[in-house]
Amino acid sequence: MLSLVCALLAVVTVNGLGVYWPSQVAEVTLADGTKFLGRMIRSEVNPDTDKMSVQFKVGNREQDPQRQDFRWIRYDAILAITYPAEVYVLERVENGDFYGYLKDTAGPDLARLSGIPVAEAFPKALGSVRSKSSEEIAPISKKLLSLGNELQKTQDKILRLTYRRDRLLADSRSGNQSRASDVDRQIAELQASSQKIKEQSDRLVGQQQLRLADLRRDAVVMTNPAGKETSIALVDIVRFHDPNAMGFWAKSRYYLSRIGELLWENPRESNTEGGLFPAIFGTVMLIFLMAIACFPLGVLAGIYLGEYAKEGFLIRLVRIAVNNLAGIPSIVYGIFGLGFFVYGVGGLLDQWFFPERVASGTPTFGTGGILWASLTLGLLTVPVVIVSTEEALQAIPRAAREGSFALGATKFQTLVRVLLPTASPGMMTGFILAMARAAGEVAPLMITGVVKLAPQMPVDGDFPFFHLDRKFMHLGFHIYDVGFQSPNVEASKPMVFVTTLLLLIIVLAMTSVAIYLRNRMRRRYQVRTI
Amino acid sequence: MNATLAIPFRTVAASSLPGEARNHSAHDDSIVQTRELCLFYGSKQALFNISMDFPRHQVTALIGPSGCGKSTLLRCLNRMNDLIDDVSITGSILLDGEEVNDPTLDVIELRRQVGMVFQKAVPFPKSIYENVAYGLRIAGIRDRRVLDEAVERSLRRSALWDEVKDRLHDSALGFSGGQHQRLCIARAIAVSPEIILMDEPCSALDPRSTTRIEDLMGELRGEYTIITVTHNMQQAARVSDFTAFLYEGSLVEFGPTKQLFTKPEKKETEDYITGRFG
Repeated sequence: MLSLVCALLAVVTVNGLGVYWPSQVAEVTLADGTKFLGRMIRSEVNPDTDKMSVQFKVGNREQDPQRQDFRWIRYDAILAITYPAEVYVLERVENGDFYGYLKDTAGPDLARLSGIPVAEAFPKALGSVRSKSSEEIAPISKKLLSLGNELQKTQDKILRLTYRRDRLLADSRSGNQSRASDVDRQIAELQASSQKIKEQSDRLVGQQQLRLADLRRDAVVMTNPAGKETSIALVDIVRFHDPNAMGFWAKSRYYLSRIGELLWENPRESNTEGGLFPAIFGTVMLIFLMAIACFPLGVLAGIYLGEYAKEGFLIRLVRIAVNNLAGIPSIVYGIFGLGFFVYGVGGLLDQWFFPERVASGTPTFGTGGILWASLTLGLLTVPVVIVSTEEALQAIPRAAREGSFALGATKFQTLVRVLLPTASPGMMTGFILAMARAAGEVAPLMITGVVKLAPQMPVDGDFPFFHLDRKFMHLGFHIYDVGFQSPNVEASKPMVFVTTLLLLIIVLAMTSVAIYLRNRMRRRYQVRTI
Repeated sequence: MNATLAIPFRTVAASSLPGEARNHSAHDDSIVQTRELCLFYGSKQALFNISMDFPRHQVTALIGPSGCGKSTLLRCLNRMNDLIDDVSITGSILLDGEEVNDPTLDVIELRRQVGMVFQKAVPFPKSIYENVAYGLRIAGIRDRRVLDEAVERSLRRSALWDEVKDRLHDSALGFSGGQHQRLCIARAIAVSPEIILMDEPCSALDPRSTTRIEDLMGELRGEYTIITVTHNMQQAARVSDFTAFLYEGSLVEFGPTKQLFTKPEKKETEDYITGRFG
């Protein structure tokens, strides 16, 4: 069992860590004289032909009629493999990597670079385009974003007012007519301002397009081994490297920059490229919210069951229920969460606070969100906390209780001052188990609010900063989505390994912190009897 | 043999004759009197008509074989038996004339007057200082000076001060067993009780620690009334002024220690202290 776990961890670690290491790019010459560039992935005996085949990862997806990322080549079809130092790998915003040789930089703004060798000119050109883009396009994008927010708020207001007007009109009491027309006037005002915002943002989009088209004229010309030229706009290039010429340190630097991207950037290309920041954030926040929900509830319930409840039929029933709750499949919890939290509690909240949004079919709380998902997880893990709290309290020697009572302490004073500190390591153990279980759950999340791509984070700079009604991304779901729902399974495999490794690291890190805290508590509070 | 001398507080009738009581004992001043005390665990009777007067500012030892009800009797005196379900008590216990079993009595106040030290010395998961100050803190005393003073006094009284004065704020859990027990005594003394009940305080300690606790009992005698339960007859003989021998829930004999050990009145007592059973 242990070796199985170790083997699994080793596979995930090796594959996960290796993903971003820039391996060599080979120029492959085939027997028929054609050449292509690619990274050797693995070789395998083809069961049909009994011949050795090699898998290459090739870039330039848009040039392949089938848009394939990988090619299988029979061993005997390969004439030669060389590793030319001039190969460049360009990582692009779309269509994946481009493998090729640098030929030239071209564009109206790049004339001054024409004298310099292309290997030096290219990074400079890229730098100048980037700084131009951040000067000219980034402010426009930022403006557009805030306009979008404003528009959303205005439309929410219109929705609210329209709902009110309809309610007023439906109720034919006197005075309602005039009030309704008042509201109508407000709506008209808001609509005018929303129209203005729309126009403004349309204008900005036009500007942005123009600027972008302008920038797109600056390009780099690449050739493939056959000498065919391709022009790639510099703004589309995310990053480049020349793996065959890089030394160890250069590769390490590149590796670290990729890890940085992974941790801090948003995903691109339907989650197969780019970073995982929203998913990491979603996972950690989910666990924290879960802890906030389940720890107090579990501890209070455990204290009640262990210290205050009178033994009887009802308590026995409760105890059986708690013990059995831990064994219920998590998807059942998910369905309960959907029915109770999302449709029940969320639906009620919506009816009370956002009736106009219910009417328009865009519920706020009556749909999956990080709050409901974390409460569902909290419910799933609370039995573990209850049981461990109760057991920790029961394990305290009678002399500790009696010592406190004999000094004139009340039951509550004894509980707070003696029993809880003594039981805290045991309670912490339950908490660790709960956390470990919650971190790995995906099934209940899928129906209570996790999404493959969340446009907005649950925490941002917009008032009130915490948006617990929002949907969120989660590493576990990310694994499922990228690995098994993606059209390009082979290309997303590295991402699956990376995500898995990251999830394991996060769970391990959070659990380690909790275990460290528990051990400190233990040293401080453990009762040693003589 | 003079019956009144050997079993002075045997019955209500005996102790209701103050003249006689004064005759045999310098300590006619008693702090706790039990009268016809019976205790039942469910339907099982554990104490049978115990009537005895515990002398003030003396060490009284309760001896007897396992299961004879010594601890149960001790725990009646500060109503620790309340913590056990299904216990019922008849008869009366008077502490300075006040009925201990009165349901309207403030148990917390009672336990402050009647401190207790257990067989297993379990310090609270706190610092040494906070362990000793615990009883005062739960009584609502916050004044730092009062607490400091009480902690120092109690630790000095329990002969622990010199060992711990430099690490008062260290955890109390890192102590030796003997120190734990002395800390528990300090904890009990801190609330200034009238009586300290000790339930086999030395049974889990090594001989050296036992000696220290015994010395301590001797020192505390003048200030507090000590009632101790012990298995160890030598210990009872060494530390106590009065000894009561209980057997199967009944009080067999009660008298000055010297007398009980040298000239026991009853055959059972003699058999027990000479080691013929028990």
